[in-house]
Parts: sequence; structure tokens; C-alpha cells
Amino acid sequence: MTTTAQIPLTISEPEKRSKRRGELSRALVSYSFLAPWLIGFLGLTLGPTLASLYLSFTNFDLLQDPQFIGTANYQRIVTNDVKFWHSMQVTFTYVILAVPLKLAFALGLAMVLNRGIAGLPLYRALFYLPSLLGASVAIAVLWRQLFAKDGLVNVALALFGIDGPSWISDPNYSLYTLVLLSIWQFGSPMIIFLAGLRQIPPDVYEAASIDGANKMQQFVKITLPLLTPVIFFNGIVQTIDAFKAFTPAFIISEGTGGPIDSTLFYTLYLYQEGFAYFRMGYASALAWILLIIIACFTAFSFLTSRYWVHYND
Amino acid sequence: MTDASTTVATTPNVGRARSLLYHVILCGVSLLMLYPLLWMLASSFKPDDEIFGNASLWPDTFTIDAYIRGWSGLTVSFGTFFWNSLVIAVLSVIGNVFSCSLAAYAFARLRFPLKNFWFALMLGTLMLPYHVTLIPQYVLFLNLDWVNTFLPLVVPKFLAADAFFIFLLYQFFRGIPRELDEAAIIDGAGPWRIFWSVMLPLSVPALATAAIFTFIWTWDDFFGPLIYLNDASQYTVQLGLRTFVDSTGKSDWSALFAMSVVALIPVLLFFVVFQRLLIEGIATTGLKG
Repeated sequence: MTTTAQIPLTISEPEKRSKRRGELSRALVSYSFLAPWLIGFLGLTLGPTLASLYLSFTNFDLLQDPQFIGTANYQRIVTNDVKFWHSMQVTFTYVILAVPLKLAFALGLAMVLNRGIAGLPLYRALFYLPSLLGASVAIAVLWRQLFAKDGLVNVALALFGIDGPSWISDPNYSLYTLVLLSIWQFGSPMIIFLAGLRQIPPDVYEAASIDGANKMQQFVKITLPLLTPVIFFNGIVQTIDAFKAFTPAFIISEGTGGPIDSTLFYTLYLYQEGFAYFRMGYASALAWILLIIIACFTAFSFLTSRYWVHYND
Repeated sequence: MTDASTTVATTPNVGRARSLLYHVILCGVSLLMLYPLLWMLASSFKPDDEIFGNASLWPDTFTIDAYIRGWSGLTVSFGTFFWNSLVIAVLSVIGNVFSCSLAAYAFARLRFPLKNFWFALMLGTLMLPYHVTLIPQYVLFLNLDWVNTFLPLVVPKFLAADAFFIFLLYQFFRGIPRELDEAAIIDGAGPWRIFWSVMLPLSVPALATAAIFTFIWTWDDFFGPLIYLNDASQYTVQLGLRTFVDSTGKSDWSALFAMSVVALIPVLLFFVVFQRLLIEGIATTGLKG
């Protein structure tokens, strides 16, 4: 503040030059802070992104230089690749089942916890634990055992006289065990929902109940609309995450995507093409298709959000 | 408020019954969710023939054989995997906190040409699936002769490759009152001094959140090590567990469970000690946890 008062009305030539030098040195200092990120961004993100766009139009096996083949990779993917369409189907089934169920669980339990229940921190921590551990190979290993023929789930079902199948090795069920694994990790969206529910002032509900609104009406007319920004956020984050799921499918199927490709997630197929068969050009094209799907989904969500997301500011 | 409390006061039994119902639901869900974890812990202390078809949470015969067998490993000791994971995770934490806080400070406080342009690009990378950069990065690291070393896993962290943490710290830095910077400027401090002696000391909670999540995510990372580490002596804990699955098949489940428990211990420790910080980090920044 004091410095501005001292600047004279007319600026002489040498002062102008020194001011410019000051700006330059300030920019240099700023860029020295930015340098690690900038180097990483150019060398590890922007460069590779452009390179992979180029590679997606080539035939590339790591041993020989990439050969430009035009749109042949994309043409083959769309018209002549059964596995691509199959992995799409597996991935979309997973996303469409896992994300809404997980969010419904998260919201339901967040609402119960928001009732001012004693022991809230303990419950919240217990529900959060699977989210924190879930990404580990150890959990995928555990899941494999839980849903094996003589695993824990079938032991429990036997108590009710049900003879369960071998869930993991039956292509009819294997994908659903992964959906369950995803739902099991509802803790982190639940915490975000809980934070959102706390923002809703209690007097809104009081006013509604004086007007005679029952609990269901309060949920539909107050809670849901006021929570739409949080639902929107959780929905986008969880959907993008579900599209990128890899580890559980890899561990449960020992890297094959089996049985009979029933757990062949898109990312797993991409990995196989790139790092098992070294068809790196083809895998790059697959990666770009994934990017386009995620970009379309995100753009669509943001464009439609103004019709259903209510921001109260 | 008064209205709600009087309703409860007139019908105390209904209120109590409802709260009991909630507790029953919550306890039921907790038990259902945590049972598999507790069962895995119990199974790791059971002899092999007692694991399958047995849902009990208490071993009939208590043995730590599985831990000894698992730790001594197949050809490489599990201790090696553990050490490798620890080295990678600790270096990643240092690199990530260092590089992301520098960039976050530049975006939050400094003025420089093209700032908004870079900031928009940084936000753009948040959405970018890593699969897109995967193959050219692999080719790059292969040409640098870095494959089968820890460098491809660690160096990107020193270059702030995980933009999410930049954003997290940026948000936190912006919340620090500017008067503090201005006071330091009057005292003759430059950007580096302000960053080091004003911003960082005030940002310990945010830096700790970033550090803990970096540790946990790096520790749990499976894809990176799977692609870049080929030699068993370089394997991380997650890759080591996978070799158990592949080579022992279903024969040595107790050792596999024992080492799974070992693999989860560091994350559990963070959970126990920093649980509040982690939950606040998710609630306030929307970290995916």
C-alpha cells in the first residue's frame, strides 16, 4: 500500500528500465517455483499425450519404429474387434451397477449417521476403513477367497441351506463380485455426503414439518435438491474412477479377465494389448477412446447439470 | 430446535426405540463390512486345513507358522518387498509434497505471465486418465534405461505429476490471510522466504493430508510396479502378494493371508493415528480416499 503512494507521476527512463527488470526477475522467481511441475507437465503429460495420439495412428511394437497406418487401428477397433466390444460391455455394466448402488448406500448411511447418533465418529471411521484399504492387492486376494466355492460367503449361505456356486470362477457371477467389492468401499462418498448434509440448515426441515410435509416428502423436496451439488460431484468422481478400475479384476482373474472374459475390464484389455502383446499403437488408440468416453461423460454431466443441480448461491 | 426437542420429550420411548433401531442397523452394517477383514486376520493365525469352510473368528489351533513361511518367501524374502515399497513410498511422499507445494504456492500467491493458461492446463490434467500417457511414458523410461528401477515410480512425483495435490494445497494456501505475506514483504522477505517461513509452517495440516494420501496410494499402487518392475528383487509388497497367488495357487492360503495382513499394516497404522485428519481431508476437499 505504501509503495503505490511513493510512485511519482512521471516515470523517467532509467526507472522504467529498472521496473521492467524487476518484473522480469519476479517472473523468473515465479517460474522457479513452477519449474518442477512445468517440466513434469511438458515432459510427462503434454508430450506423452500428443505422442500417444500419434502412436494411435501407427503400428508400433517397441522393436521397430512406429509405422504410420492412418486410422486403421480405430477402424479395426470399431468394426472388427469382438474383445473391444466385449470389454466395453463389461466396463459399462460395472459402472452402471457399481456407481449408483455405491452412492445409494453412501447416502443412506450418511442420512442415518446425520441423525445425531451417539458414537458417530466410531461408525464413520469403521465405514471408511474399507475405502482406505480397498485398493490394495490384499483385499482383492481376500475377495477371491470370500467368493470361492468353499469360501466364506458360501459357508454363510450354507447356514440357510443354500448351496452357492463358485462365484469367482462362474462367468455369470464373477463381475458381480467386483461390483460388490466396489459397493463395499462406499465410505469416502459417504463422508462427503455427510459433510453436505451438515450444510442443510435444520430450520428448513422444521418449516417443512410445520407445513405438514412427511419424512418422504422432506427427503424428496428438501434433502435431495439441496444435496444435488454433492451428488453431482460424487457421481463424476466415482464414475471416472470406475472406468479406470483395474487391480481387482487383474487379481481375481490372474490377469486374464476371465472366466470367459467376464471380468475383462477395458483397462485390463488395454494392458493386455500394450504390455502382453506389445501392440503399443493399438493400445494407444484404446487409451484415446477411453479419454474420449470420459471427456464426453464429463461434458455431458456438466451440460445437463444446470437442469438438475441446484446451487443455492 | 425447541419444537423437535419437545416432540422427543413427550414421546421419549419412541425416540429411544428409533435410536436403538439406528444403532442396530449401523452395528449390523459394520459387522457385515468388517467381518471379512477380521476373518482374514483370524485365518492368518490358523493352520492351512482350518481355513476353508470355517467362518470362525477364533483359531482352534493358534500358530504363527504362516507368518514365518510367508515372510521367508519363495525365492525373495517378503522383507525385501516391504523394504522396496517403503523406499518408493517415502521418496514419493517427499517428492510430491515438495513439488506440489511449490507449484501450489506459485498459483495461489505469485503473479507471472501465462499464469491462468498454465492453471487451466493443470486443472485439465485432473481429468486425464493416466492410460493416455502410459505408453509414451513407458517408451521414454525404456529409452532412459529406467525400466526395472524405482525411477519411473519416483521421479514423476518430484515433478508434481499428480496435479490433484497441487489443487488441494492451492486451496489451502488461498485460505491463509494475505496480510501475513504483506507483513513479511515489509520485513524484506522474498517469495522463497515467505514460502518457507510463512506458508509452509501454517499449512501443516494440508501438507500432512497430502503426505499421508501419497503414502497410502503409492503403497497400494499395483499398476505402476506391474509395468516397470520385472525383477523379483525389485518387487513391491503388492507385486509380491501377486506372486503368492500365482505360484502357490490355492495351496498356501494361510501364508498369503498372513502377508496380506502385513501388507495392510502400514495403511492401518495411518488410519489409527491420523483417522480424523484423513476424514476431514475427504470431507473438505473431496479426495477420493
